[in-house]
Amino acid sequence: MMKLSLGPILWFWSKQSVFDFYAKAAEWPVDTIYLGEVVCSRRRELKPDDWIDLARDLKACGKDVVLSTLTLIESEADLRRLRRFCEQGEFMVEANDQSALQVAVRNRIPFVTGPSMNIYNTATLKILANQGLQGWNLPVELGRDTLGELICELEQEGLDLPAEVFSWGFLPLAWSSRCFTARHYNLPKDNCEFRCLEHPDGMELRSRESQELFRLNGISTLSGARYDLMRELPEMERMGVSTVRLSPEHQGMDEVVKRFDQVRRGGMPDTDPLQLVEAPPCDGYWYGRPGMDQVRR
Amino acid sequence: MELVCPAGSLPALKTAVDHGADAVYLGFRDSTNARQFAGLNFNDKRAGEGIEYAHSKGSRVFCAINTYPQPDGWEQWKSAVDRAASLGVDAIILADMGLLDYAANKYPHIPRHLSVQGSATSYEALSFYKDNFDIRRAVLPRVLSLDQVRGVAKHSPVELEVFAFGSLCIMAEGRCYLSSYLTDESPNTRGACSPAKAVRWQETGEGLESRLNDVLIDRYGPGESAGYPTLCKGRFDVEGSVYHAIEEPVSLNTMDLLPDLKTLGISAVKIEGRQRSPAYIADVARTWRQALDGLDTHPDMFTVDPAWRNTLSGLSEGGLTTIGAYHRKWK
Repeated sequence: MMKLSLGPILWFWSKQSVFDFYAKAAEWPVDTIYLGEVVCSRRRELKPDDWIDLARDLKACGKDVVLSTLTLIESEADLRRLRRFCEQGEFMVEANDQSALQVAVRNRIPFVTGPSMNIYNTATLKILANQGLQGWNLPVELGRDTLGELICELEQEGLDLPAEVFSWGFLPLAWSSRCFTARHYNLPKDNCEFRCLEHPDGMELRSRESQELFRLNGISTLSGARYDLMRELPEMERMGVSTVRLSPEHQGMDEVVKRFDQVRRGGMPDTDPLQLVEAPPCDGYWYGRPGMDQVRR
Repeated sequence: MELVCPAGSLPALKTAVDHGADAVYLGFRDSTNARQFAGLNFNDKRAGEGIEYAHSKGSRVFCAINTYPQPDGWEQWKSAVDRAASLGVDAIILADMGLLDYAANKYPHIPRHLSVQGSATSYEALSFYKDNFDIRRAVLPRVLSLDQVRGVAKHSPVELEVFAFGSLCIMAEGRCYLSSYLTDESPNTRGACSPAKAVRWQETGEGLESRLNDVLIDRYGPGESAGYPTLCKGRFDVEGSVYHAIEEPVSLNTMDLLPDLKTLGISAVKIEGRQRSPAYIADVARTWRQALDGLDTHPDMFTVDPAWRNTLSGLSEGGLTTIGAYHRKWK
């Protein structure tokens, strides 16, 4: 049976909200939980040591825990926090940029790669496997055809590298040094007043025809539609996907996990679309189409 | 500091060389490079002529093979590296780890430059590429402030090249999927951002509209000058305000920073724009050559000549330039 994972929280939530969320998640049927701040270095409601304490608590509840690193590393302070995660030796690390690869390899920490890592072919996976790669996420812009070829080629090479697929949530699409939330409020990034806290699921960016295009979330830009591959789970299982990643949202996540758990156990996909934060669904990337498209009806 | 100029065609290459480029960079006529435009770039014969011309004038030629091959494209991308090697380029600009490894093993004598698409923003990331693929140089993404560039440069194990002038990409390059989200092509997969095939212009009662795969990117009133609908430079609605929510149409111009960049030990400044005309290349290359020569002659008294500034502003998107992320306040 495929594993279910909870990806790192992409939004900025208060410390209490984060603790409350994971207190509930400890009871959900997810196998792996990724912890850490992956978007903005100014988001420090939880310090690296707070994340590590939380990781221990969740491990005690029987979860596999992985520490996720910041996606855009810009400063020495970012590197210090990265090293704290890579030098603990207790938990696996999800490397989200090449700085993390280097530090993890140097510390001989087993690592997996997140969906922002530039992995497009088997040659790249082989190089990383030699360095200690234990598993990898498909970049969000790639679909089932490429994934199928990669899994086949890995098998031919005799490499056991479990593949994980971002399967539910708003897709992380870009990272900038500019903060778009601060820009919206006409605030400098260095004095942003932490306005992201007011937007626990980001800010909608629409076209002037009200089409939901993107979600602004600090320095990151996410999809305006919610990626939902629930109905593709049987195919993923046939292809040999190891883990199905669900991206945290602050409401209704228990219900999302429950439905994905049913489906991975061979239950029938619920025909009622999930309506949490209102957003259109999309699955285009999976079918090799523009990401915003919804192919399966 | 070296001046590295873009060449999207043989005439552009010759123009860049004639106007003072120390090196030019080019790509093949397919999606193996990050400027895949119809009618642009080089076949082998043209590339060979360009290399011969550049070498005869003392300039070098770099070949960009800086998109990410998927399994079905692996042989094609690998053969692009082979072609670059047999043409005798002076360096190959690569992003993909698999291709870097291939080039390092098969052609260890040809210098490898890490493309901006390799997403290396710290000296740790640069060390990863240096240790594994022995890169000689890296092009830094346009997301770092001058202080951050200083931090990277201080500990960098490789030569650094930074963007000096041209279109401003404000997302960390190599991991921006906005274009493939709205269309089916991205810089990483096809070497295209907001591809021309998906662009549509339409005159409507409300104004001139630019669309990308039917998505309204911008709408221009009478008298407003319209720009190419690069998706991050459109006007969008965020909580009821319509504005350039991501970035204005503006070009990067770092000429004011040249003395700082020199002090930091930056090896080369890069001009963006393989899609630009030879006339554009001539003006930009000439202006930057003059500036760099001025910097060399009087490093302590360097000032930007107003004429240079005018020339560059006239060649910029919307006539506007910014130093972008180099200035912390821009963020």
